Amino acid sequence: MNHTFVILTVLAYVLSMGLYMGFLYSGKEITGRLATVLMFLGLACHYVALLGRARATHSVPYHDLQGSMSLFGWLLAVTYLCLEIYHRQRTVGAFVVPIILAFFLAASFAPDHPAPPTQAHGVIFALHVTLSILAYAGFALSCVLSLMFLAEQRLLRIRKVNEVVWRLPSLELLERMSQTSVLVGLATIGVGTALGFLAVDRQAGQHWYFDPKYIVTLVVLALYAIYVRLARTAAWRGARASRLCVFNFILVVLSFTVVNLYFSAHHKYF
Amino acid sequence: MVGLNFRTAPVEVREKVSFSGEQARQAAEELRSRGILEETLVLSTCNRSEVYGVHANANHESAGALSSFLSSFHHVLPDQLNPSLYHNYDHDAVRHLFRVSAGLESMLLGEAEILGQVRDAYLRAHEDHVTGPVLNRLFQGALEIGKRVRAETELGTRPMGVASAGMKLAERIFGKLSDRSALVLGAGTISEQVVSQLRDRKIKNLYLMNRSREKAEEFARQYDGQVLEWGEWDASLKFPDVVVSAVGVQDFLVTKPMIERAMASRGNRALFLMDLGMPRNVDPAVAELYNVYLYSMEDLTEIVKQNRDARQSEVPKAESLVEDHVAKFISWQASVELTGVLETLRGSLKQRRVNFLQERLAGMNHFSAEDRERIGVMMDELIEQLLLHPAERLRAEKELRRKIQNVEAIRDLYLSDREKP
Repeated sequence: MNHTFVILTVLAYVLSMGLYMGFLYSGKEITGRLATVLMFLGLACHYVALLGRARATHSVPYHDLQGSMSLFGWLLAVTYLCLEIYHRQRTVGAFVVPIILAFFLAASFAPDHPAPPTQAHGVIFALHVTLSILAYAGFALSCVLSLMFLAEQRLLRIRKVNEVVWRLPSLELLERMSQTSVLVGLATIGVGTALGFLAVDRQAGQHWYFDPKYIVTLVVLALYAIYVRLARTAAWRGARASRLCVFNFILVVLSFTVVNLYFSAHHKYF
Repeated sequence: MVGLNFRTAPVEVREKVSFSGEQARQAAEELRSRGILEETLVLSTCNRSEVYGVHANANHESAGALSSFLSSFHHVLPDQLNPSLYHNYDHDAVRHLFRVSAGLESMLLGEAEILGQVRDAYLRAHEDHVTGPVLNRLFQGALEIGKRVRAETELGTRPMGVASAGMKLAERIFGKLSDRSALVLGAGTISEQVVSQLRDRKIKNLYLMNRSREKAEEFARQYDGQVLEWGEWDASLKFPDVVVSAVGVQDFLVTKPMIERAMASRGNRALFLMDLGMPRNVDPAVAELYNVYLYSMEDLTEIVKQNRDARQSEVPKAESLVEDHVAKFISWQASVELTGVLETLRGSLKQRRVNFLQERLAGMNHFSAEDRERIGVMMDELIEQLLLHPAERLRAEKELRRKIQNVEAIRDLYLSDREKP
């Protein structure tokens, strides 16, 4: 059953990706709508696949690397669809769906790498993890949007206005969308981190401990807050702010990989 | 359909044969009252004047009558008018209108304005009750194909003029221009085109600057703009998001230090500069500045050229859609006409049946009146059965309707004793 939904998810995401790319190239409204519909279908199948994984491991899906990656992909898809509906802008899909698909494929077909059982559990802990991964999804989306901004701005500045440029969102909209995504990320990582501290505090017999992840998370939080502030200032608005956003996301990726795997004892996979 | 357009007639002739709304109404009424046409519609734009009509016995003669009417209506000598006129009949007329509506016959390939003009012409004629079932269906089809071509092809999406290409580029940077400001330098023809485009996009603040203040003020009155003092560059460049320059000068009017100061005072807000002057008005070094986008006339012309090529490549796709709709219309027309033919055939056969029975049963006195009536009813049933099957097939099978294109031949075959026109 789970395998069926994995296949269905891959199929829906692949078709959706193709249609989003087709929409970017042709601009046909019907192609864009179909891409969105398939994205929703993929999201629903992905959700069932996540549930299946949780049932199979008798645990929440983020207790191993694959589960965390799959949840990240799902939350990225949710964030993207919210953004697409809010801003009525579909061309970004061609750049985001490949990332969602890559994470889902990696999560589904990578060899199992189970984590040691964690002491943490409960609703607060679950919210802590879910919100943190949602924040990563928001930051990933803002990174994609910033890269799109930089590419489009470059093309416009060097006056290479090709077919795709006419269909991309305006620079102003890309900036706004990126800032919206960062704000979602900031809000969720803020609440998620507070809930994490609360979860640790509530665990019977648990003592406070130092985890390098705390520092990195606070740095990431601070840098994104700086981005939000600078992106509205005279000297930084535009390309400079977008470069900062990309730089911040590189830190997030480092936090998600190097820090989690090699330095953190309690944040292996989220 | 009889008409002329920018390809067949010089502007002097087009001006003479152009119809105002009231004239179009009057012409349609006259064409109907004089019996030249049963249904009629006048489509008149700056590039074309065309009269579409339906007549039961449409032929070259009725087209000639239509040409004579145009000549007398507009007081133009036939010798002057006739060489510019084209005539299209039946499917060719349908195809022509659909191509016009799709923008394939426009001077600016794929332009959208024509669709609105076709819609207005149709609505006016429909309100005046001068159209009938054929023209209603035809023009509804024309509006449908017009929308479809614009939705499904790239024919109308790319800007084709330098001014509109510049505006589209500004929209790539700022999104909608309705909450932005623009400064236009110069008050010539090019500036006017740009200002018109800016007003179409509902630009929030429009500033105008010209060496002759009087001309700038006249321009400002016309387009609801605000005049700025010529030469006060630092103050003038502080607010606008879009700056368009189309002034005849020998040296650069807008220099790099000028824009550097402006960017500092405007907090590096993005600035889009359109240099439409020849020679150039803006120092190309300005493009190196942060958040400044500079496009010269040459850059914009290149973009327009690319767009023109891209539009041209969409023509086969648009033509294929037009052919689909022409086939649909022909199929509909065939079904309507064939239904009419079958009705006439039914009437004719029943009349023949009456004559036939009267003739054959004249000497057969052993049949009672009741028997005769029963025989008549049975023969009527047979006629109904014979006609019912083709009528049903005709209603159900699109392909059959498409195949039967020459209804006139069927009419002649079965109703050969009818009066010829």
